[in-house]
Order: sequence, then C-alpha cells, then structure tokens
Amino acid sequence: MALIRDFAFQGAQMLLVLLLSPLLTGFVRKVKARLLRRQGPPLLQPYRDLIRLLRKEVVLADSASWLFRVVPYIVFAGTWVAASLVPTFRSGLLFSWSADLIALIALLGSARFFLALSGLDVGTSFGGIGSSREVMIASLAEPAMLMIVFTLALTAGSTQLSTMAAYMTSGEAGLRVSLGLALLALIMVAIAENGRIPIDNPATHLELTMVHEAMALEYSGRHLALIDLSSELRLLLYVSVIACLFLPWGIAPPTGDAAAAVVGIASYVAKLAIGGIVLAVFETSIAKMRVFRVPAFLGAALMLGLLGTLLLFVSRSL
Amino acid sequence: MAVHALYGVAALLALAPISVMLRGSPRASAVIYSASLIVTLVLGIVGLVSLSGHTSSTATLPFGLPWLGAHFRMDALTAFFIIVVNLGGAAASLFALGYGQHEHSPIRVLPFYPAYIAGMNLVVLSDDAFSFLVSWEFMSLSSWALVVAHHREPENLRAGYVYLLMASFGTLALLLAFGLLAGESGNYLFDAIRASHPSATLTAVVLILVLVGAGSKAGIVPLHAWLPLAHPAAPSHVSALMSGVMTKVAVYGFVRLTFDLLGSPAWWWSMLVLAVGGITAVMGVLYALMQHDLKRLLAYHTVENIGIIYIGLGLALAFKAHGMAVAAALALTAGLFHVFNHSIFKSLLFFGAGAVLNSTGERNMEHLGGLIHRMPQTAFAFLVGCVAISALPPFNGFVSEWLTFQAILLSPQLPSWGLQFLVPAVGALLALSAALAAACFVKAFGVSFLGRPRTKAAVDARETDSNSLAAMFILSALCLLAGILPGIFIDALAPVSNALVAASMPHQTGLDWLTIVPIAESRSSYNGLLVFVFVTLSGSIAAFAIHRLASDKLRRGPAWDCGYPDPSPLTQYTASSFAQPIRRVYGTAVFHAREIGEMPPPGATAPARLTVELHDLIWETAYEPIAVFIGYATERLNVMQFLTIRRYLTLVFAVLVLLLLVLAIWP
Repeated sequence: MALIRDFAFQGAQMLLVLLLSPLLTGFVRKVKARLLRRQGPPLLQPYRDLIRLLRKEVVLADSASWLFRVVPYIVFAGTWVAASLVPTFRSGLLFSWSADLIALIALLGSARFFLALSGLDVGTSFGGIGSSREVMIASLAEPAMLMIVFTLALTAGSTQLSTMAAYMTSGEAGLRVSLGLALLALIMVAIAENGRIPIDNPATHLELTMVHEAMALEYSGRHLALIDLSSELRLLLYVSVIACLFLPWGIAPPTGDAAAAVVGIASYVAKLAIGGIVLAVFETSIAKMRVFRVPAFLGAALMLGLLGTLLLFVSRSL
Repeated sequence: MAVHALYGVAALLALAPISVMLRGSPRASAVIYSASLIVTLVLGIVGLVSLSGHTSSTATLPFGLPWLGAHFRMDALTAFFIIVVNLGGAAASLFALGYGQHEHSPIRVLPFYPAYIAGMNLVVLSDDAFSFLVSWEFMSLSSWALVVAHHREPENLRAGYVYLLMASFGTLALLLAFGLLAGESGNYLFDAIRASHPSATLTAVVLILVLVGAGSKAGIVPLHAWLPLAHPAAPSHVSALMSGVMTKVAVYGFVRLTFDLLGSPAWWWSMLVLAVGGITAVMGVLYALMQHDLKRLLAYHTVENIGIIYIGLGLALAFKAHGMAVAAALALTAGLFHVFNHSIFKSLLFFGAGAVLNSTGERNMEHLGGLIHRMPQTAFAFLVGCVAISALPPFNGFVSEWLTFQAILLSPQLPSWGLQFLVPAVGALLALSAALAAACFVKAFGVSFLGRPRTKAAVDARETDSNSLAAMFILSALCLLAGILPGIFIDALAPVSNALVAASMPHQTGLDWLTIVPIAESRSSYNGLLVFVFVTLSGSIAAFAIHRLASDKLRRGPAWDCGYPDPSPLTQYTASSFAQPIRRVYGTAVFHAREIGEMPPPGATAPARLTVELHDLIWETAYEPIAVFIGYATERLNVMQFLTIRRYLTLVFAVLVLLLLVLAIWP
C-alpha cells in the first residue's frame, strides 16, 4: 500500500513538473510584459506554442544525421528525469535517492552535451557559434554549481536533496554566511544555465550574441517543441531547487497524507510565482552583457561558491 | 597464481621471436595478434581469479642478481592491475586483428607488441626492486620501439627522442628511490623494504623521487611533455595501450611504493599529491582543448585523467595519514575505479581515432567532418567513449568522479589546516576539469564526426572492419556496464583497499535496486541503472506518444541557417573556432594566447588573415632552457673529442691524481 502511494506521488511529481513548466515560462513573460506596460501574450501561450509545434511536420536539413533526430528526446528525457527527482511539493520521493544533487547536475550536463553536439551536426555557422559559447559558459557554470553543492552538502551533511531539504526545514542550519554566499551564487548560476538576461536573451532569435537559440536554430516541429519544453523544464528545475533548499517551508514530509500534499502543492505554486516575479523584475532591470563579460559574471559565482566552501572547511576546525 | 601469470608472460615473450620468424608471411599479423588476444585473455582471467579468490602467491625465478633471483608476487593490487593491463591488451589485440592489416611494415610492430604487453605484466608482478626496474625499463624500451615504428616521419623521430630521454630520467629517479629504500643492507626484496623503517627525511626524498619517476611515466604536469608527442606517434592500437594501460602501470608503481612499501604516510605527502593532481587535471584538459590533432587531443586528455586519479590517491593518503580508514577506502576505491574506467574509454577513443585515421588518412580534425554518415558504427562507439570520458551519467566516468567528490565532501573532518584550504580548491579544479572535458569532447566528436565533410578524404571515408568494430563495441558495452552497475566493480576492489588502507567501502551489491551508497544512504547514493532506465523510458515514451498522437511527418530540405546557408563546408565551425571562446577565457593566462587579425584596407585585394599565437609555457620555461644548456655544454665539451694522444694522457694522469687526492682526504 505504502509502495503504491509512493509510486503515485512520484508519478504526480513527474506530471506536475511537466504541466507546470510552460506555465512558469508564460508567467515570467507575462510579468515582464506588464512591467514594460505591455499587454503581453496570454499565460497559456507556451502550451499553445508547444501543441502547434507538435502538430507540424519536421523540416530536416539534408546534412543532418540520426543524432540530430535523437537529441531532442535525450535532452527532454534527461531534463525531465532531473526535474522529477527534485522534491517539489513532497520530500522523500520514491526514487529521489537514485540521483543526488551532484548526479542531477551531471544529468543536466548530459543533456547539454547532446544539445551542443546537435548544434554542430548540420554544419552551419550559427549552430557552431551557439555550441561553442554554450560549452564555454558551462565550463564555468558547472564548477560554480558544484562548489555550491559542496557548501550545501557540508552544511547539511548530505548531497541528497530530500535530506538537505529536511535539514533546512528543521532550522538547524540557522543563518550562515556560507549559505548566503551559496544562494547568491546559485541564483547567478541558474540565470546563466537558463540563458536568461544578462547572459543570454531568450526572447531573441536573430542576434549575434545568442547562445541557446543559435544551437536550436535548425530544429523545427516536434523536435523544436521538445527542445523548448526542456528549457522550460530546466527553468522550473532551477527555481524548484532554490525553493527546496532555501524556502523549504510547506513541503509535505515523506509520511504526509493527501492533505499535506495539497498544502505542499499550493506552497510550491506560490514559490514558483515568487521565483517568476523575481526573475522578471531582475530581467527587466538589467541589460544584456557582452558574451565575453560572462566569464567575469560566472567567475564571481565560482569564487562565491568556493568562498562558501572554504568558510565551512575553516569554521569546522575552529 | 603468480606462476600461471608468468607462464602467460613467457608465452607473450615467445611471440616476439616467432613474429620475426614469420616475417614476410601475409598471415603474420593475424597469427601474432590472435595469439596475443588469447594469452591476454587468459592472463586477465588469472587476474580475475586471484582478485576474487583473495589469494596471494609468490614465485621465484633464478634470473637477475645472483644473490637475489627474480621474485614475483600476485596479491590483490597486482591482480587488479593485471586485469587492467590484459583487458586493454586483449581489446587492443582484437582491434589490431583488423587495424594491423593496414600496417606498411608489420615487422616494425609485431615483435615489439607482445613484448610490450609482457613488460607491463612483469612490472606489476615484480616483487623485488631489481626485477621491477628491469621490467620497467623493458616496458619503456619496447614501447619506444613502437613509437618510432613509423620512423620516416620526422615528427615521430622527435617524439621517440623526447620519450627516450624522459623515460630514462624517470627510471633514474625510481632507481635512486629504490636504492635509498634498500639502504646499506642492499636488500632489494619488497618484503625487506616493507620491514625496514627508513627515517622521515629519507622517506621524504623517496616520495619525491617516486612522484617524479612514476609521475613522468604517468604524465603528471610538468613531466608530461613527452606524452602528447609519443602516444599519437605509435600505431593506434599501441597508442591505446600506451595511453590507456601504460600510464596505469605507472600509477601502479606510485601506489605500490607510497601505499605499500613506504610505510605509514606523513600528512604533507597528500598535499603534494593533491596539488599535483589538481594542476595536472586542469592543465591537461586545457592543453587538449587547444589541439586539433585528434590523437594528440586524446593524449592530452590522458594527462587530465591521470590528474583525477592522483586526486583520488592524494585524498586516500590524507585520510590514511589521519587514521580515517573508511574515508581512505572510499578515496582509494574512487581513484582505482577511475584507473579501470579510464583504461576502457581511452582505449575505445584511440581505437575510434585509429579507425578514422585508417579510413581517411587524417588525424587533423579540421580536415574531417560528417563521418557519422560514412562511419556510423565507429561514430556511435566513439560517441559512447566521449560521453563516458566527459564524466556524464549514466556512463562509468561519472561514477568514479562522483565517488571522488564524495571523498572530498568527507575531508572537513581532516585535522590539518593545510588540507582544509587545499581540498576545496582541488575540488574546484576537479569540477573545472570535468566541465572542460565535456567541452573538449563536444569539440572532438562534433568537429570530426558531425557537420559536413571538409575534405575529399572525409567524403571518401568508409566504415572500418568488423574486428575493429567488435573491439570498440565490447569496450562501449563495458563503459555502460560499469556505469549502471558500479557496485560490482566497487566490491571487486574491496580486497585491494583492504590490503592498502586496512578498510574497504561498504558492500554494495546486496543493496536494493543495485544502488551505490559510499557511506550512508542519508548522505549520498547514486543509482546509474535507475537513471539509465528512467531516461530511456521517458525518452521512448515521449517519442512514441508524439509520433502516435501528434505528428510523425518529416521533410528533408536545405539547412536553414537564418536564411543564408553557405554551401561551402569551410563556413562551418572548425576545431580552433570552436575552442575560441574558451581560449579567450583561459588561454591568455595559461598559454599567453594572442589573436592577430590582419585586415587589408578597403579596396585592397589581399586576403584578411587571423593568426592565433599560443605558447606552451611549460615547454618554454622548463624544457627549452635545459635543452639549450645541454646543447651549449656538449658543444663546449666537443673539443675533448679531438685531442692529441699527449693531451689525453695528461688528462688521464690528472684525473688519477685527483682521485687519489680525494681518497687521501676522505675520512
């Protein structure tokens, strides 16, 4: 019985992240438009885009290989699995122990690896520019992320997201300088990994500074739908990770019943809304960076993460 | 079992003269490579049996020093490395059954190939310093002969020359290390060395000598200079052995000496090893990113992975020095697991590069492209190797790096201050090298196998033969297997860590769903199998649902490229343009990279030009001054060669007097 319940919750989580992710993107777009005193597209526009794309035929470049056609599925599956292992509304998910936070980051890294390959597959210059910049950004964002994981893991004594969330809820952590540094660094990394302003602009398609959109330029139809859905999932994932680690209140405990789960879902949606608003405000108030200033931005994140870890190492021995 | 292993080694050694007898026969390479395949398989099984049987056995042969004989021992550590060596050897022999057919002059390769594998086996089997050093030198020389097999190319000759110098230097360091360890008693038996208790100063000197001696063979920075020259110069199956296996034999030398023979470690040893490991990992991958020769890129990547292994070993030393046996077992297992993993995927990648070289005659990635259409199976196997070496789940490279990270997370419990600062920094370097490795292999695979062909050679490429493909697919399967079922491999390493740090990781294979749990489940766990199943399932479900419910229509057309597709394949991103952003971020500091753009004035017909200037600072600051000094000194000393007989006699007399004086003054 308990196993069936756990399965149900795990399934609910998978569906929840899949269904909510376009909404989050639509919400951020809407808030950004309102901040600019525009009407903006309807909240449900991302769903309509996805459905329209799914129904269209795929136009495949002559020089595309089998890898180009498989990559959207790999990217989508990797991101979806990663997103469904983050405790969103309920901790102690059935399979949450199958990948800890480090493995989660690496899973996203796999998705990115394949996406970068797909940018090179057709043999166009735009794909190459996107891939080469993406791996450059990743080469800084990934170590920064791992340093953040180190800081959090050393504080909570675990790299399991469920355990970490439980630790943060218990209030044992208290206010720590390291955690503040980690939060700041995590936000910076999340911005970079999701290709948001000031690193990349998700709203443009024809600009020489673009990164993510350039990689996916040759995709069309259902493939493009999957790539778009994966980026929406990734945004949701990062907001969920931040929420689960730094705003863990309301998450239903592993023993919780359906009522606790409802509270969990409600608080989760509220957290997503907060995250979306903060992101939109941040994006409207800042200008995009030149691509070669990105290393300085991410280097700062890396140093913050390292500093957080060092502080913990040193304070342990006092 | 030691005796059985020696029979195998003898069989391999016997193959060398047989291949000379078979010279000229068209079946010579088939005979030699299949015989090597069988013998290495048997040797691998011998290793497997001794590792699982927890047995230790010795054998003594009446060779070597007259009062000593040659001693050999098969214990857990040796058995593990016997498996690594012979798995790589067997795969290389299978690959060579196809690849070796294209060799122009097989007689330059065939006799040395089995001898080389025999040499590596002998190094790990040796149980006294004399046989160890002789086997070590035998291994070096036979591989040197393979490096200069294609000696008509001047590049290879230079590679062979640098390799020979560095190998002799490394052996010299090891010779001094063993000499110091044996001390005045001069007992070269490993047992005697283990029993002796050298002073702290002596062990410090020995440790540094070992780090230099074994490290120069393994390729730690800054002693790596020969490696990217020599590894690509050899035929590809030998490159695979040199990069995938011989560097591991060097790691064996390091582990044997530091963990076993030198006694209990001092705390500062680990700092040295960790710092060297971190720097090696990052420098190796940065060098690799700047390469556009496929095999040289892979060789530099070996340097990176050696760094990762040394980080694991350094952590193990740190924990061992502070008596944290369980943590030491975790770190050591991580390092040794990476030894195994790297030997698999590096061999796989070199096989892929060899297949490409065979089919196109090109090692330069900028002349390749689009090979995934013409060599689909090679491309698939190479892709698996790329994902595995980039430490991405669900493949094996990720598991060993994950274990290393878990070991790093245990290190705040270490009491010493130096380590408190060093370990997080090394963790950051490890993370950086992992991310850069992914970038590097996007480049390696993307530029050579994806896109459109850049030259006619790439257009005319053909899929490689079935033996080579079989070798690559077996290794790919192993990469996945070790990635999704790492528990089996971790458990197999338990006897090794029991022997070296007196503890082992918790038993893994009995856990639910075959998860791996390094310390405790609440701390961390990883299940490659579930991740793999999940990703495969959700990807397939998505594909099925979309094709069934939405649309499965597909139309081929020209590439979009924002409306301005250029038919020339030269407009694609190349290896150097792909690395440009990374070069700008890291290259100015590490390589003094400069880009010089020459733009002719408007109206002029001269072509615009972009020159990229890179400096290998390690070569320029460490090696070139030495080479210049030696050149200068030899030129000065050269006059000694053309003296008259009177002057020679005067010289001899002067030296005699000098020596007598020294003897007279000597207390």
